[in-house]
Amino acid sequence: MAEFPTELRYLKSHEWVKQEGDMVVVGISDHAQDALGDVVYVELPEVAAECQAGDEIAVVESVKAASDIYAPIAGTVVEVNAMLEDSPELVNEKPYADGWFFKIRISDSAAVEGLLTAEQYQALCEAEEH
Amino acid sequence: MGKKTPLFEKHESLGAKMADFSGWDMPIHYGSQIEEHHAVRQGAGVFDVSHMTVVELHGTDGMAYLDRLLANDIGRLKSSGQAMYSAMLSETGGVLDDLIVYATGDPYLVVVNFATRGKDLAWMRQVAEGYECEVVERPEFAILAVQGPGAIEKVKSVVGEEKVALIEGLKVFQGGWCDGWFIARTGYTGEQGVEIILPEDQAVSFWDSLLEAGIRPIGLGARDTLRLEAGMNLYGNDMDESVTPLESYMANTVVLEGRDFIGADALRKQTEHDELVGLVMLGKGILRAHYPVFSNDAPVGEITSGAFSPTLGKSIALARVSATSSNMTVGIRGKMQAVECVNPPFVRNGKQVYKLRKT
Repeated sequence: MAEFPTELRYLKSHEWVKQEGDMVVVGISDHAQDALGDVVYVELPEVAAECQAGDEIAVVESVKAASDIYAPIAGTVVEVNAMLEDSPELVNEKPYADGWFFKIRISDSAAVEGLLTAEQYQALCEAEEH
Repeated sequence: MGKKTPLFEKHESLGAKMADFSGWDMPIHYGSQIEEHHAVRQGAGVFDVSHMTVVELHGTDGMAYLDRLLANDIGRLKSSGQAMYSAMLSETGGVLDDLIVYATGDPYLVVVNFATRGKDLAWMRQVAEGYECEVVERPEFAILAVQGPGAIEKVKSVVGEEKVALIEGLKVFQGGWCDGWFIARTGYTGEQGVEIILPEDQAVSFWDSLLEAGIRPIGLGARDTLRLEAGMNLYGNDMDESVTPLESYMANTVVLEGRDFIGADALRKQTEHDELVGLVMLGKGILRAHYPVFSNDAPVGEITSGAFSPTLGKSIALARVSATSSNMTVGIRGKMQAVECVNPPFVRNGKQVYKLRKT
């Protein structure tokens, strides 16, 4: 069974978001990595890139397909997970820890509250499967 | 709900991720496609390919009929049970399907793709008119492919003496019947191994004994990356009715000289044509079907199959192009990425074997 940590927020496009002060860490959910299958490449955004909520700023490539990753909230990319360059399998192995994608400094810290809760996101995933 | 092979419940109990394959519920992977891929290159794996269609050709005209039906020359097969890979063409030379025929005499044994089953059977029966040859589908079989450097030894450890003797007597690309099973040293991975056609009511117990012998179940996801590394075409991706075998890296399966098979005249007239070539990604990123291909910055075609190659650790593809050069690129999400143009196969028997294409 996929895990849905309750301390995280989610997007219906399967990203997870973790708030750390004025920054958010973004990755893809356990449910998403399971659906994608083995991840073989992650194209990450440039550090210092500006993004709006909903921008396609990264791509995750699995054995099955290429999928866009969306910026959950407007802001500036401040760090990307360089480990994914040589070890994209971290996205499968530890989607909520070492498999994170990038960090964004956000101007509106309240925006996180507008994202899906774990419960809402889990319900959405379960509905998708039926 | 789709059609189910006799092993459907086995796949479910192994935790397989199932997906629809032309109407069949088939296993894509049992956890990790990449681990399964490596298991076949390094050890032994078993694929349930019971969705493929087995056809027998009954009658005294089998050979004459196949000489008319197939682009490859059935007359080339000298020993009993020898296998031949061929395209079956339309009058205009388009590839209706690719298939394997085993020279078993009367009846000949043919394995075709399920996705094209209806079309294939209708065509094969139409062509059979006027020949003493009846096209008989045999849907009551299961088909298991056991592939990898350790495959043959492991299979021999779980079958009876007669089957062991049959396997030991087979050359590569040859098969034979034993006790209602057809065993052939063929496959779709570029490794040693066998494909076994057996009565469906014996499939579950044989599957169980293979797994007990340490053979790993492999999904159709890894089957696709294994066949791509082996430079083998997938019907519907790399070729279809709109292209000829000459445009599909299948020229070595076409014998024109002195022959009058369906589509031969069209091939004789096709002096200039596109070619199917191999591409190897130089940087990171994944080549995928339908990405545009460029030679010296001019568009020359598109990718027909692309994937991450677990054996090579980089992406590979087949592409149909009108020209090649030492400056080839692929457009990935609007950016040009450098690739090498090579002659497939990419991998054989676990090793990198591709050669740069001369331009």
